[in-house]
Amino acid sequence: MALYLLRRLMQSGFVLVAMSLLVFLGVYAVGDPIEILISPDADQIEKERAIRALGLDLPLWQQYLVFVGKALQGDLGRSFVFNEPAIQLILQRMPATLELAFGSMFLSILIGLPLGLYAGLRPNRALSKGIMAGSILGFSLPTFWVGLMLIMVFAVQLGWLPSTGRGDTALLFGIPWSFLTLDGLSHILLPAINLSLFKISLVIRLTRAGVRETMLMDYVKFARAKGLSPFRVTFVHVFKNIMIPVVTVVGLELGGTIAFSVVTESVFAWPGMGKLIIDSINVLDRPVIVAYLMMIVLMFIIINLAVDILYTVLDPRVRLEAKA
Amino acid sequence: MSTLEVKGLSTHFFTRAGVVKAVEDVSFSVGRGKVMGLVGESGSGKTVTGFSIIGLVDAPGRIVSGEILFKGRNLVGMGEAALRELRGNRIAMIFQDPMMTLNPVLRVDTQMIETVQAHQKVDRETARQRARDALGMVGIPSPDERLKSYPHQFSGGMRQRVAIAIALLHQPDLIIADEPTTALDVTIQGQILAEVQKLAANTGTSLIWITHDLSVVAGLADDIAVMYAGRIVEQGSVDQVLDVPFHPYTHGLIGSVPSRNKRGVPLRQIPGTTPSLMSLPPGCAFKTRCERADAACETMPGLAEIAPGRFARCVHPHIEILPA
Repeated sequence: MALYLLRRLMQSGFVLVAMSLLVFLGVYAVGDPIEILISPDADQIEKERAIRALGLDLPLWQQYLVFVGKALQGDLGRSFVFNEPAIQLILQRMPATLELAFGSMFLSILIGLPLGLYAGLRPNRALSKGIMAGSILGFSLPTFWVGLMLIMVFAVQLGWLPSTGRGDTALLFGIPWSFLTLDGLSHILLPAINLSLFKISLVIRLTRAGVRETMLMDYVKFARAKGLSPFRVTFVHVFKNIMIPVVTVVGLELGGTIAFSVVTESVFAWPGMGKLIIDSINVLDRPVIVAYLMMIVLMFIIINLAVDILYTVLDPRVRLEAKA
Repeated sequence: MSTLEVKGLSTHFFTRAGVVKAVEDVSFSVGRGKVMGLVGESGSGKTVTGFSIIGLVDAPGRIVSGEILFKGRNLVGMGEAALRELRGNRIAMIFQDPMMTLNPVLRVDTQMIETVQAHQKVDRETARQRARDALGMVGIPSPDERLKSYPHQFSGGMRQRVAIAIALLHQPDLIIADEPTTALDVTIQGQILAEVQKLAANTGTSLIWITHDLSVVAGLADDIAVMYAGRIVEQGSVDQVLDVPFHPYTHGLIGSVPSRNKRGVPLRQIPGTTPSLMSLPPGCAFKTRCERADAACETMPGLAEIAPGRFARCVHPHIEILPA
């Protein structure tokens, strides 16, 4: 296990290096931030001073080495726009995104698992067919449209829930969180539902497929032949077996949600990382883009590792070994 | 009173393509401590007969007629709760493939203790001791440690022993063993057969041994019923049926077993294949493969007592070989 972790750590290092190269090149190719950052009226001397101040006068490979050198000391650069450390900008907005992502994840499991379980156990009921049809809708409706509809119905017409912002927050570990206050919860509900719709559908379909496959297994019939209650057969024998694919997909989805909930955050004016990255791309704020993507890579590495470790808990046949 | 009396059992599967008459008009009885061999090819209905007895025929199949009297109580039409009370408790079942019958993600102790506790209100520690004793009884070395193992840490033969131990936990009146040794090595097969025979003799447990292997039945069973296309075609004590088979199918079955004193002589084969249960021709189901078939076989013969205690479903039984 220790050897495995060590090996994984080294692999992760390589991934980070490769990713930093790609990101750096990619951002360089997108466009020249000087055109956007400096007012067109500025004279040549002013322009050159700005270029030198931002370190953009060096050749690309030197810019990269400077970036790597600083990154190793924990400095991912300063934002061109805010003139603040990029990492600090991102960390400030991270809690908002995290609570939104985990909120939607929580909803998708809370709603998706029971529905999928029902649809898998009673595949011929009308309700099951309704659930499956609904999950296709959840898959195919575009997020931004669903978000707008949610605002239209629940915020504008019914007036039940607020449509923008985080609402009141409370401090925990010195970080403001919305889910700790009632007002904050009412603010997070709509965007979380919006974000979870796709994932609910995913969990429903995965769970149903898993249940239907597992129910046919000999060990389920054997469990029934032992005289176990249907409850125990379902929630111990079947459930533990279907959790493996569900955990995999939910884990990957969690990463995706944290990194790329841009659309939902824009629609609900949720002050998270997604909004920050979109704004940064618009003004070509290179350090923020690079720092953001590097952090996302790191996050995916951590989530994948956590999923792998969860496997060993769920499936005793899985052993984490140093062998590739 | 017999432990089990099956009378006119018919189990059909109502599929989209048509009605599959998997078991049709099957009757037999098993006395206390006796071993009944249920023999036939794949698809002859022997497994479905077993599942019908334990009440685990899944949709689209169901028992359409007949009685299953277990110690005088009719199991057909009995409520699910009452059936569950019997399953694993008074009637146990052992499955064909030991690799598939134990749940891969649950420890052996979990799977045994839950069986004990499904039928008796005992605390975990008592249940664990019962489980350990059962493992010891079926010849698993160091049962205390093995209880903590997962199924994949056992070999096939050991897993089947675990399954047998689970079946024995409540000292049932009847064990239905569905080809439990087919997937095992011959040496392991012999050990398990001897083990089961001893246990049945010691505890007065009746056995239904489902198999396609005549040599297994020859050494184990008291009585035998040969099934073909869902019906019993021949029935009697095992010695008589194997020595003097009446039905041409049984005749062919025995003739196709290789043996030492037939070395060099080509093995007899039964020509053709088993008919589809969906479209059985009228009359005797075996007539298309039978050398004795003629116009008289166009009507289904009944199961007639040809000699005392000897039943066969045939218009032209091999009575000429009957010793005078």
